[in-house]
Amino acid sequence: MLAMNYRGPGRVRIDHKPMPEIKHPEDAIVRVTRSCICGSDLHLYNGNVPDTRVGSTFGHEFIGVVEEIGPEVHKLKVGDQVLVPFNVACGKCHFCQQGMFGNCHESNPEATAVGGIFGYSHTAGGYDGGQAEFVRVPYANVGPTVIPPGMDPDDAVLLTDVVPTGYQAAEMGGIQPGDTVVVFGAGPVGIMAARCAWLFGAGRVIVFDQYEYRLEFVRNYAPCEAYNFKEIDDPVLFIKKMTDWMGADVCIDAVGAEAAGSALQTITGRKTLLQAGSATAMHWAINSVKKGGIISVVGVYGPTDNLIPIGNFMNKGLTMRGNQTSVKRLLPRLIEHVQNGVLNPRALITHRVPLEDVADAYHIFSEKLDNCIKPVLIPPSANA
Amino acid sequence: MPNLEELAPQFAHIKGWGIDADPKNDPTYPMKQRTNAEHSGYSWDRPTQQVAHEEVLHSNERPGLTAVFGTTVPPTGLSGALRRYAFQYSESSYGHWLPLLLADRVNVVEGIIDDFKQGRVPNIFAEKGWKSEWKHNPQGLATKVLITVAITAGVVALLRGNRSRSLQRA
Ligand SMILES: NC(=O)c1ccc[n+]([C@@H]2O[C@H](COP(=O)([O-])OP(=O)(O)OC[C@H]3O[C@@H](n4cnc5c(N)ncnc54)[C@H](O)[C@@H]3O)[C@@H](O)[C@H]2O)c1
Ligand SMILES: [Zn+2]
Ligand SMILES: [Zn+2]
Repeated sequence: MLAMNYRGPGRVRIDHKPMPEIKHPEDAIVRVTRSCICGSDLHLYNGNVPDTRVGSTFGHEFIGVVEEIGPEVHKLKVGDQVLVPFNVACGKCHFCQQGMFGNCHESNPEATAVGGIFGYSHTAGGYDGGQAEFVRVPYANVGPTVIPPGMDPDDAVLLTDVVPTGYQAAEMGGIQPGDTVVVFGAGPVGIMAARCAWLFGAGRVIVFDQYEYRLEFVRNYAPCEAYNFKEIDDPVLFIKKMTDWMGADVCIDAVGAEAAGSALQTITGRKTLLQAGSATAMHWAINSVKKGGIISVVGVYGPTDNLIPIGNFMNKGLTMRGNQTSVKRLLPRLIEHVQNGVLNPRALITHRVPLEDVADAYHIFSEKLDNCIKPVLIPPSANA
Repeated sequence: MPNLEELAPQFAHIKGWGIDADPKNDPTYPMKQRTNAEHSGYSWDRPTQQVAHEEVLHSNERPGLTAVFGTTVPPTGLSGALRRYAFQYSESSYGHWLPLLLADRVNVVEGIIDDFKQGRVPNIFAEKGWKSEWKHNPQGLATKVLITVAITAGVVALLRGNRSRSLQRA
């Protein structure tokens, strides 16, 4: 079968790989029909996640058709069209039992701090991902969800990560009616977070990014105020001034380790890896939120340390919440929102690329060329 | 969560134990749906254990493998040796993450050697997606090429300079 193959920082290609096999009685094999590239994949692509092995296949946002099931799979049958949450989750451990499906303790031997994630390095369990024609899906009774009849496959594929992550970003903000919410990042995740902030009753939503085309998009889509931080001297001061000198009630970091905007952070975090990614957005979030405010972190950072103003965090009496999204916990509600037309995820998809052109798709998304917001890869066997 | 009354006798000797307990003071809501198993440790009914047919490294912060794991690209070669070394250290240690990052870089070279061994010359330009750069950002590509040429020329000149100097000395 064809699969994306990671060769080193900035280098990926398409190769033939052996078909995945059932390795556990609760496994299923899924034939992929759509698979996205995510901002999270860029941390791998740039070589910033330790234990990203050459020869790995990425891809944690995919939908497809069940081709084969293991003897203990009873919730799915061959031929089912499924959307597969990006978390590998057992459903039985202490954390899954509490609805923390992004923190499963039975899916990632390599690290205890993070649960298993499809196609996300050995630090997240060493699974091959869905940027391929076929993929092994463990715990098939737990994660995979049959796509409701009539749902657009583009909406379905965004329900595997982007929609729940944007939603959880807003949820973790503990937004109270009328709150001013600042979102750093106008990628798919930040855009969705800005959109969802309204669902929790925000009174004002303000987004920051460096790309005009993304700002323009989110301004109409959320809808919200949107500003280019490249044109602002000091984003923190800018936010203070526009919030009656108080700061935002809630700040959301939807950027993570690839942040731009501060030379010091970029050099130490992205160029030399002295810290676990550039923490510019997190730094701005802590300094621009109101005293007693809340920081919600969905941006992904590496496993070591970051430079953030923790002293201000304490002095200002802040609360910080973050997590890998618990996709399964949120799916019932979000499927409803999509079906009722409250959310329109597929509007985010700007690029449809044959899986064979995966290298170009990564480059375009990584460099934000051609006004790219969200690329989706279509394997040649998608219409078989 | 065990309730306050159940626990109270155990802590009867501690004056004031639990008098200010406030179940509403829970910043984890609604991300975490608390069960009564908060303090019961590693005691759940575990899923069937996947059998490891390939080498799978595991964090030393856990007793063994998880019930399910990925089996892609097991550790091999020099990068594999570095990864095995790294896993002697906990996730809290630089001894874990720095060797892993080093292993990742070594692995890139191993990947190129593997390609050659299989009679394949990796098309690094294609892998880097330069076709799309050419299509959507021709100016950027031109700049990159110019910079690369300039740096290469600089390095060559430097090496030459060194060589002629060392020749002079000889
Ligand atoms: N927690 C989770 O479960 C989860 C799930 C999916 C994605 N993520 C993470 O969310 C983040 C965003 O993902 P995405 O797909 O939207 O990525 P993306 O690369 O498309 O978007 C990131 C955006 O942030 C902007 N940006 C850079 N520096 C900034 C700064 N200092 N301030 C404001 N904006 C800045 C970039 O210009 C870009 O538009 C990534 O870190 C990704 O790993 C987390
Ligand atoms: Zn993702
Ligand atoms: Zn679990």
